[in-house]
Amino acid sequence: MSFVEYSDCIQDGDVAIVYLGHESMTPVKVKRGAQTQTRYGVIRHSTDLIGQRYGSKVTCSKGGWVYVLHPTPELWTVNLPHRTQILYTTDIATITMMLELKPGSVVCESGTGSGSLSHAILRTIAPTGHLHTVEFHQQRSEKVLEEFKEHRVDHLVTVRNQDACKDGFGVTGVADAVFLDIPSPWEAVRHAKAAMKKSGGRVCSFSPCIEQVQKTCEAFSDQGFEDINSIEVLLRVHDVRTVYLPLPDFGPDPSAQIQPDSTITPSQNHASIAVKTTIPPRDVQGHTGYLTFATKPRT
Amino acid sequence: MGDNVDDDSLYTIKEGDYVVLKRGDVFKAVQIQTKKKVVFEKQWFFLDNAVGQLYSTTFELASGGILQPRKPKDPESSTDTKGAGTDNRNIQDDGKSQKLTRDDIETLKEQGLKGQEIIQQLIDNSSTFKDKTEYAQDKYIKKKKKKYENIVTILKPSCRILAMMYHGREPGKICHLRYDTLAQMLTLANIHANSKVLVFETCAGLVLGSVMERMGGFGSVIQMYPGGGPVRAGVESFGFPAHFHDMLHEFPICHLNALIAGTLDTTAKDPSADLKESDMAAEVKTEAAVKTEAEVKTEAEVKTEAEVKTEAEVKTEAEVKTEAEVKTEAEVKTEAEQKGSPEEQSMETDSGAHESLVPKKEEEEEKRREAKAQEKKVKQEEKRKKLAAAASLLEGRDADGLIIASRFNPCPVLMALLKFLSPSRPFVVYSQYKECLIECYTKLKEQGGTVNLKLTDYWLRHYQVLPNRTHPVLLMSGGGGYLLSGTTVAAERSKPAASRRDEEPAAKRQKVTETEG
Repeated sequence: MSFVEYSDCIQDGDVAIVYLGHESMTPVKVKRGAQTQTRYGVIRHSTDLIGQRYGSKVTCSKGGWVYVLHPTPELWTVNLPHRTQILYTTDIATITMMLELKPGSVVCESGTGSGSLSHAILRTIAPTGHLHTVEFHQQRSEKVLEEFKEHRVDHLVTVRNQDACKDGFGVTGVADAVFLDIPSPWEAVRHAKAAMKKSGGRVCSFSPCIEQVQKTCEAFSDQGFEDINSIEVLLRVHDVRTVYLPLPDFGPDPSAQIQPDSTITPSQNHASIAVKTTIPPRDVQGHTGYLTFATKPRT
Repeated sequence: MGDNVDDDSLYTIKEGDYVVLKRGDVFKAVQIQTKKKVVFEKQWFFLDNAVGQLYSTTFELASGGILQPRKPKDPESSTDTKGAGTDNRNIQDDGKSQKLTRDDIETLKEQGLKGQEIIQQLIDNSSTFKDKTEYAQDKYIKKKKKKYENIVTILKPSCRILAMMYHGREPGKICHLRYDTLAQMLTLANIHANSKVLVFETCAGLVLGSVMERMGGFGSVIQMYPGGGPVRAGVESFGFPAHFHDMLHEFPICHLNALIAGTLDTTAKDPSADLKESDMAAEVKTEAAVKTEAEVKTEAEVKTEAEVKTEAEVKTEAEVKTEAEVKTEAEVKTEAEQKGSPEEQSMETDSGAHESLVPKKEEEEEKRREAKAQEKKVKQEEKRKKLAAAASLLEGRDADGLIIASRFNPCPVLMALLKFLSPSRPFVVYSQYKECLIECYTKLKEQGGTVNLKLTDYWLRHYQVLPNRTHPVLLMSGGGGYLLSGTTVAAERSKPAASRRDEEPAAKRQKVTETEG
């Protein structure tokens, strides 16, 4: 297992995602001799996980069963331990495309936070790219590096414990893309520019508030960035349901009496029709943040 | 590592490069060819001067369709705007505020005045301009710039740019797949280097190209194609290096049943050569038939969407070419005849035989026919080899991802292709319509073998961000299509309705007498 390469079987030391059913999952560090409790009973790693194929069904002690899934950045995003607010897949997907990330890209990121976006970036830029990520919170930067090691992607990433607004990204003239998710991104814009290749590149800033966007756009413009563009992407989930719409009883139909043989009219009281449709979840996320993109021209 | 050193040669526009032209928010993909006239945004020009310049250079259009690299930006607001009103209470719309007539403007243009100069003239001759608010003046200038400034930027193609281009110009060709939805697909399917991905698309090759970009030439992509051949016009536009094509495989979906049943014959050497040939001839015929059908369909589709005009205008030379390559000789001929293009002449000398020259050229014709037959044989042999290669990739049934985005009903396609995925791998199905995906969802729930099913769509909202004028852009795209995504798991040994039902949490069931039985 690695977050940048699929493998077929579960091995000691892997991170596996245990799928408990209907959006309920939990990440498990696979360790010989270890056990994991689920609501369907206990999973014994040595016998139930190690050597099994990813995607197979594992029967737990109480007779219930779960599926064990290969980790992906998307599954990690919904399972990771939160140390900060994180970016979700909808924004991550947009960022990845709009920053034009691909294998070989060199990317700068700040802050690292809980590493949700970082994993997605690493997946995309492997095997030849590199991520320089900056986190000013020491404990968080240590924790995330530990995770990168566990997930076998640490060869693709450098974590720096510094303040991107003051100290920049620790590299100059190497990045194809820069991503900012910090409270005052406008203070880091000149550092972003310095980190980027002479030939140019793409930059993105994520901010929840429009005032932050306003200031960031001004900073981009002042620093000579072009094609400045702010967008918002919202995910809409559709739950598939069969709904039953009852038919009202209009009373006896006099015209029907003309045909005496139609005595087997359906029991009018219970008549209803089934419709396969979708309904929106009761609560949906209406806002995550504004994404501001810009292009650094050749300098 | 040679960091820090930016090699300009990587960023220089060369002849033969596939590039994207940009003006405002409008894009167009073309190939750089010398002495070739390009029409873009109601203007024509030659790309000759672009060769040797760096990517992302902005050019100004001079007379005679010549591009000139724009000088290091004239200070943005050289159009001086001294004095502005505070509101519009005294501005009358009498239609007389602009003192220049249409003819005056035309003559200015004919004099070869630069866009900037024309705009200044318009401002000087507008009686109301000075009374407009600062913001209104800004807006006025922006609008005029859009109209009179003849600039074009040449960009290096990328998934982002091409997806935006297709969505803006020819949404019908890509099943109205909006670029943010494409972005979601690539992420949800976990597309990355060193994996084996199945793609079934009828999006002009845009989806395929995007997948290839994300894989960076590492791993393999198997394109499952309907009809006579894969459509890859969009892939060409990406301008991938040659080695990217080594990862690309193709498999005709019409052989899928045979492959699943294990009856697909891909052996290159067949003792009964005669039989094989007649066999192949038949195959080719049916394929051609299928193709024309498909073509007619897409054409009809385009027409109903009243996009015929943009269609013709948009088709880049490259696209036409690849299409021509795929088409059979005969088709090309008829097309050339209709077009009356330079191709016509060459075609005529080529096949002018069926007129007065027949008796003289009979021998040559015979030879040519033989050569052609030989060529055809070689081509078919190649095709067979390719088929065998793709089939062997599929037979392992161990693909790492599946992306479907087509105008076909997705349900049967999904059901058939899921069989080729390893367990614990993601798949994504795009459809312009939600109902098809509801069907897929229901079928998958019945059948088992997948988890994490999600039916989604996305809203994309653009913002205007300007000092004191920040707001969402008025227009937003109404539909970007729908996605069904999920993860495969090991197939159940036909034990339906197991201990848990994690689908429909019964929406207050009514007592219903099911009539279906």
